[in-house]
Amino acid sequence: MYISGFRYRRLTMAVPANVLALGLVSLVTDISSEMVTAVLPYYAVLVLGLSPLAYGLLDGIYFGVTALVRLAAGHAADRWQRRKLVAGIGYGLSAACKLGLLAAGSSVGLLGAVVAADRTGKGLRTAPRDALISLSAGPEAQGQAFGVHRAMDTVGAFLGPLAAFAVLGATGAYDAVFVVSFAVAALGVVLLALYVRERPPGTTVPSPQGVGLRPALALLRQRPFRRICLMAAALGLVTVSDPFVYLLLQKGTGIAPEHFPLLPLGTAAVYLLLAVPVGRLADRWGRVPVFLLGHLALVGVYALLAGGAPYWLVLGVFGLFYAATDGVLMAAAGPLLPAHLRTSGLAVLQTGQAVARMLCSIMYGAAWTLAGPVPGLVVMGTGIVACLAFWKVVR
Amino acid sequence: MRRTLILAVTLLVLGGGALFYAVRAARVDQGGGSAAFDLARPGQVVVRDQGTGLVRGSRTRCERFATASGTGLCLVTDVARTYAVVVDRTMKETRRLHIAGIPSRARVSPSGRMISWTVFVTGDSYNKSGFSTWTGILDNRTGYAITNMEQIPLIKDGRRYHSPDVNYWGVTFAADDNRFYATVSTRGQTYLVQGDYGRWEARVLRSNAECPSLSPDGRRLVFKKRMPGGAWRLHALDLSTMAETPLAEGANIDDQAAWLDGTTVMYAKGRDVWAVPADGTGAARLLVAGASSPSAVR
Repeated sequence: MYISGFRYRRLTMAVPANVLALGLVSLVTDISSEMVTAVLPYYAVLVLGLSPLAYGLLDGIYFGVTALVRLAAGHAADRWQRRKLVAGIGYGLSAACKLGLLAAGSSVGLLGAVVAADRTGKGLRTAPRDALISLSAGPEAQGQAFGVHRAMDTVGAFLGPLAAFAVLGATGAYDAVFVVSFAVAALGVVLLALYVRERPPGTTVPSPQGVGLRPALALLRQRPFRRICLMAAALGLVTVSDPFVYLLLQKGTGIAPEHFPLLPLGTAAVYLLLAVPVGRLADRWGRVPVFLLGHLALVGVYALLAGGAPYWLVLGVFGLFYAATDGVLMAAAGPLLPAHLRTSGLAVLQTGQAVARMLCSIMYGAAWTLAGPVPGLVVMGTGIVACLAFWKVVR
Repeated sequence: MRRTLILAVTLLVLGGGALFYAVRAARVDQGGGSAAFDLARPGQVVVRDQGTGLVRGSRTRCERFATASGTGLCLVTDVARTYAVVVDRTMKETRRLHIAGIPSRARVSPSGRMISWTVFVTGDSYNKSGFSTWTGILDNRTGYAITNMEQIPLIKDGRRYHSPDVNYWGVTFAADDNRFYATVSTRGQTYLVQGDYGRWEARVLRSNAECPSLSPDGRRLVFKKRMPGGAWRLHALDLSTMAETPLAEGANIDDQAAWLDGTTVMYAKGRDVWAVPADGTGAARLLVAGASSPSAVR
């Protein structure tokens, strides 16, 4: 809706070119990675003859690696003040992995290594990329900048599966999908190299003094940033992960299994539409309040799931939750961090939130097995409300 | 200006390269095969050709195939839609079910009446690293089909067992078209179950036994067992003594074996079908090159 006329011009004027460039890189990269995500299970089961259990193991948890890589990438990017380079290595590694899929052949071990390397690439690039977005926009327009980036990123997630099945339909060859995916990912790396700047024009090189693990951890001693980290982690502990939400939806509404992969697209569509307006709203009303209130949408999702509401309503409210929390959290935290430590700071915040969410998945999975799906939802929903109520007390 | 030039060259090189590769990789549907193909000709081993995707000798494309007594089951995926197609001995379609998921296993009972399959469903698992299977059973005489058997009452350790995460796969039917065996997985463990189709009930027999395949005499199962290192090895189980014997195939095998005759099983290894004696003796040998989904016609 921002594509034509006056609003378009207002947007391009307001959104720094660097943010648009990063958005374009993410869009292209997401097409590439979602292409592979869409066909990888087909390839593994139909072509390599893996059983679903073997695929499940292959797709297993490399979570610990990703968390460590993310922190290390944040540290390295700040240490040498080379955010673009570290992000570029991450994008490049993931691009190379697309060809690695071909090279792995039918070896399950190699395929697992390629999947792990691909996730390492993602872990490497996330924090430096968000730091670049944050440093490219003024403190008053952070919400909008992240909103634009996340919207562009989501467009890529939409186009990826379409592109994958188009290539597959035309050629019937999975390796053709991987090669096209590689070409798209390589284009993303070139776009990054050509159009993304390390720092906005007119700014000086920050002195790399006071960069290291200790100063990065010392960031947690500053109250505003510590509060955000604590809140994000606490809310992460009561944020039921996406796959649970979609599984509950499926169990509740009996959606046919071939439509499962479409459910996340419903959420993404709403996220895509709302990312920019909610980001701008956050700039005006305050980003922390929007992030906190956004969790009320998640409470709404839990209530709708427990009450057996229609799927489109759940997906819509879930998309609103993402729009109000994902980019907005980065937008809220960025300005609290000194420029030379911004990557490490964002990496600490993202890792804390991710670890908390993983713990939540384990707890909710256990609760589901013991007591069925609803009691766990009630506990998680109550937890969110409690977190919001105690926000003022957290120091 | 320079940036635009570099970008244009990049687009040309990457786009041209990808297009060139895609055109070369495009699957050519060769004819081959004959309309006079007879699924019921005794003594033959029917396989799926790994190169063309056709049931070898026929004109029918399948991802997984199985046959017995002149009835065939063809699981076919058309970009993102999957069908279970039942064919007669001339490969003519007699029934078609729309099933969702990625074909994994296909079986036809010795009489040709009970048809079963397992598909892999993505997005239906509540931890991202997990997986989900839907196993279906079709009574080809009545046309009654169950597309996901996960609601079957399950007895474990003498009690009804309930868990939201049960997944079934790899069904094999006995000659009576009622007794069957399958794998169930729950809470990270796999179990061999014995099922009763008429009473619609399943009972856990033992742990760590996947993709069972019942011998023609109905007394032994060959299944894959997960070893401590993570690889699957073929084992035989004597159902009267419950004694377990490792087969002579030493490689990691991720397939539901099929019986070549009363003493030998066959299975996919790499891109070929191999065979090994079902009693732990002898050695594995190459049976059919460039093939998968073997069925021996008796």
